[in-house]
Amino acid sequence: MKMDRAKRKIRLHQWRPVALLAVTAVVLIYGVVYPNLAVVITSLQRAGNWTLANYREVLSQGSAIEAIVSSLGLSAGTVLLCALVGVPLAFLFERFTFPGRRLFAALAALPLVLPPLVGTVAFIFLVGESGILAHSIQNLFGLENPPWRLRGWPALLLFHTYTMYPFFYVFTGAGLRRIDASLAEAARSLGASKSSVLRRVVLPQLTPSLLAAALLTFMTSMASFSAPLLFGGDVRVLTLEIFRARQRGDFVMAVTETVILAIISLAALIVFQRYEGTRRFAAAAMKGAPRRREIIASGGARVLATILAVVFALVLVLPVATLFLVSFAQEGSWTTQTLPSAYTLANYRRLFGDPLAAEVFFNSFTMSAIAAVAALLWSFCVVTLLRRREGARTFAGESWRRLLSLLVLVPWALPGTVVAVSVAEAYGRPGSLLGSFVLVGTFWILPAVYFLRFMPLVVRALQASMEQVDPTLEEAAGSLGARAWQRFVRVTLPLVWPGAVAGTLLAFVIALGEYVASVLVFVPANRPISIAIASELRDFNLGAAAAYGVVLIIIISISMAFAGRLERLRG
Amino acid sequence: MKSVDGFKEMPLLSLKNVSRSFGSTRAVVDVSLDVNQGEFFGLLGPSGCGKTTTLRMIAGLENPDTGSIFFEDADITHLPPERRGFGMVFQNYALFPHLNVFENVAFGLRARHQNKADVADRVASALELVQLPGYDKRDVHELSGGQQQRVAIARAIAIEPALLLFDEPLSNLDVSLREETRSELRELVTRLGLTAVYVTHDQEEAFALCDRISVMVGGRLMQTGRPRELYEHPSEISVASFLGRNNLIRAMRLSSSKTTAGEFKTLDGGHTLRMNVNHDELAPLNKPVFLTIRPEHVRLSTNDGDAENSLRAQIREIVFAGATSTVRLDANGLMLEALVLRANELEVNQECHVVLSPDRLMLLKN
Repeated sequence: MKMDRAKRKIRLHQWRPVALLAVTAVVLIYGVVYPNLAVVITSLQRAGNWTLANYREVLSQGSAIEAIVSSLGLSAGTVLLCALVGVPLAFLFERFTFPGRRLFAALAALPLVLPPLVGTVAFIFLVGESGILAHSIQNLFGLENPPWRLRGWPALLLFHTYTMYPFFYVFTGAGLRRIDASLAEAARSLGASKSSVLRRVVLPQLTPSLLAAALLTFMTSMASFSAPLLFGGDVRVLTLEIFRARQRGDFVMAVTETVILAIISLAALIVFQRYEGTRRFAAAAMKGAPRRREIIASGGARVLATILAVVFALVLVLPVATLFLVSFAQEGSWTTQTLPSAYTLANYRRLFGDPLAAEVFFNSFTMSAIAAVAALLWSFCVVTLLRRREGARTFAGESWRRLLSLLVLVPWALPGTVVAVSVAEAYGRPGSLLGSFVLVGTFWILPAVYFLRFMPLVVRALQASMEQVDPTLEEAAGSLGARAWQRFVRVTLPLVWPGAVAGTLLAFVIALGEYVASVLVFVPANRPISIAIASELRDFNLGAAAAYGVVLIIIISISMAFAGRLERLRG
Repeated sequence: MKSVDGFKEMPLLSLKNVSRSFGSTRAVVDVSLDVNQGEFFGLLGPSGCGKTTTLRMIAGLENPDTGSIFFEDADITHLPPERRGFGMVFQNYALFPHLNVFENVAFGLRARHQNKADVADRVASALELVQLPGYDKRDVHELSGGQQQRVAIARAIAIEPALLLFDEPLSNLDVSLREETRSELRELVTRLGLTAVYVTHDQEEAFALCDRISVMVGGRLMQTGRPRELYEHPSEISVASFLGRNNLIRAMRLSSSKTTAGEFKTLDGGHTLRMNVNHDELAPLNKPVFLTIRPEHVRLSTNDGDAENSLRAQIREIVFAGATSTVRLDANGLMLEALVLRANELEVNQECHVVLSPDRLMLLKN
């Protein structure tokens, strides 16, 4: 009897990591490895033969080359402009304190939480040729035509800078906070002037943060879809070309361009990971860093800084404010006036009364919830394997763990366009890994794509929480006789759930506004909010499109506030 | 300033009525002190006493609200740190994580635009001085705490500083390494003929290292002097209680005594104690004052009943601490502590005599 129990215990002990590994592996093979392999294989085959003909054909067309060059150029320009805006702002707001500082600092990351499609729509209402700004200038000076058209390169660069500068702002700010203040003091005491401290001490230590921000901006810009679609004009970017190729049924072209886009994004991911690693390393080497006191600027500089803070805060808020305003505009009341002339609640009444709108909300909520909860459950498997102690039993070593975390990150680094195309390619016909089941065309395709796109966020959030849990706590629980599940439920879970739930909420709200991948694979049965916004916009129901956007923003704000509370709970 | 030799050199560094507040906190209040050429000068005090702020003002990393700082007779109060040429060793070493050992030590030399060969020479000799020759290509992360600390010292001395500033440089080292580094540090500073200001909260460290020490409490400078002077003749309660253990005896000078020999009545126990009072103003009649005597000066005996200031007492506790033992005594409600070398013959509850010899008793400023 006693022997039996001991034996069973040992078997259970071995069974657990194997199960974790199996679940993790199945998801990664079905979700990441196979779909990406499928697009690569399709792009390298023609009529069942291996060939480079697809690439030769695609690359011989001017349009594809142009798309690659445009995407790279747009991303490079975006990185440059975001750095020019974000880095000085970070220095100003991290190093100094003055009236208005908090106002801006609180709003700085706003563009990051705006769903790209909603941001694009808000931007059109504000700075588009028939938007508030253009109208007000037109009416002020009595111009016959709008003073500008929101089209092409300048429009894209402006919008990208608005939405992506926070990467530089946040990373530079965090980098500055990490630099030990005594290093600058040591340099000064050794005879270095203020400018030389900046050049020789601060910037070299900031370089990893700046590179990480640059790569993140680059990857996000490469994946940008809504803005090029709605006001890109003649600018052809890869995401858009892939979308159009699929629309006209040129699947080979779409797949081949997808592979090219994927390669560029993954290259950026690999470089990004390297720099993120060195950043952590430098931070870990620091000990006993006293906080930097913020310098209070005085006189004219103080006034200037305050004005700057207020202006930037306004710039951040205006698109969202515009969206609110337009959501209350009566249809047809906003043609050439600066502001809509008549206001109504009709747009919201329609939103909450129309069964079609209700269905759209229901779809998005259900699919995002399925994806987020699945991501939460699955991330417990992954993170358990990634943890040194647990992982050591199943994995040969460090290189396996690195492969695992890389595979988890791949869908995050890939543009939504690539994820959608590769899943569609892999599960678009019978005979794949799913046997006779065809995923494409069913309700389940979107939850699956949402899961893949946003599970890395949940994994990272959970991983961060887990890292804060001292492994000796579980060991202590073990020494007190707690079994593995008891250790998990009674020690680990109570400590990590706030962080895990916060990450899950984040994934949920991002999925709620997802457009890039949805537009490629949605079906009538799972039409999400973003598709509804786009079609209202196409029908010139501006107020209705804005109302959808406002509801989304409100849901996101509530969720983020809640997630923020949870994060504090953890800290 | 005249002295026995007829003339005394001006001090190298002078702080005159320096104050600094942070918001409503007065970190440093009206501090004046002089540091002489070649001196190893200590700033000693409990944490938060303003000693580090004082050091940072000397370094130029902090500006005084009022008062001035002079170096070699020149007013340097508002001179930026990079133009003072003082080397500083930080508590957390503040080694540049993006530079290797060589570049860390060379940092100040490069800021002075010295030529390559000179830089290489001086880095090599600085590393030699701190006993880290051949470490120049190492990454600072690879070094142990003690080695990082040596690199920090090498970096500070490589610029041939006019003054060397230390901010609790040994507090991140473990005990055995701390003592070893301490004596090496003192030896190095003496050998190079440098003048040093050393901030610490560790009394033993300050006593072992410094020629002279200023004790700071609550932002104020309480007393400056040689270690022995401070220990044996603390002028204030705060200094006396910060430096080593002390018996504090609350007492009142008796109005009946008109001579220079003061006569005091202890408030606890009601004993009469005699001692010499040099400054009458320190002990006004009928006002409570503090008398103090170090535990090692409290004498225990079984037969000294007739000696001056001999009190009857009972042993309450004997704490064995290796070479010495601490004996806690109760003299009719006056609690005293005595440090004895041998406690073999003593027992708890034993009756004995405690002698507080008049020349060991001190009167403290309130």
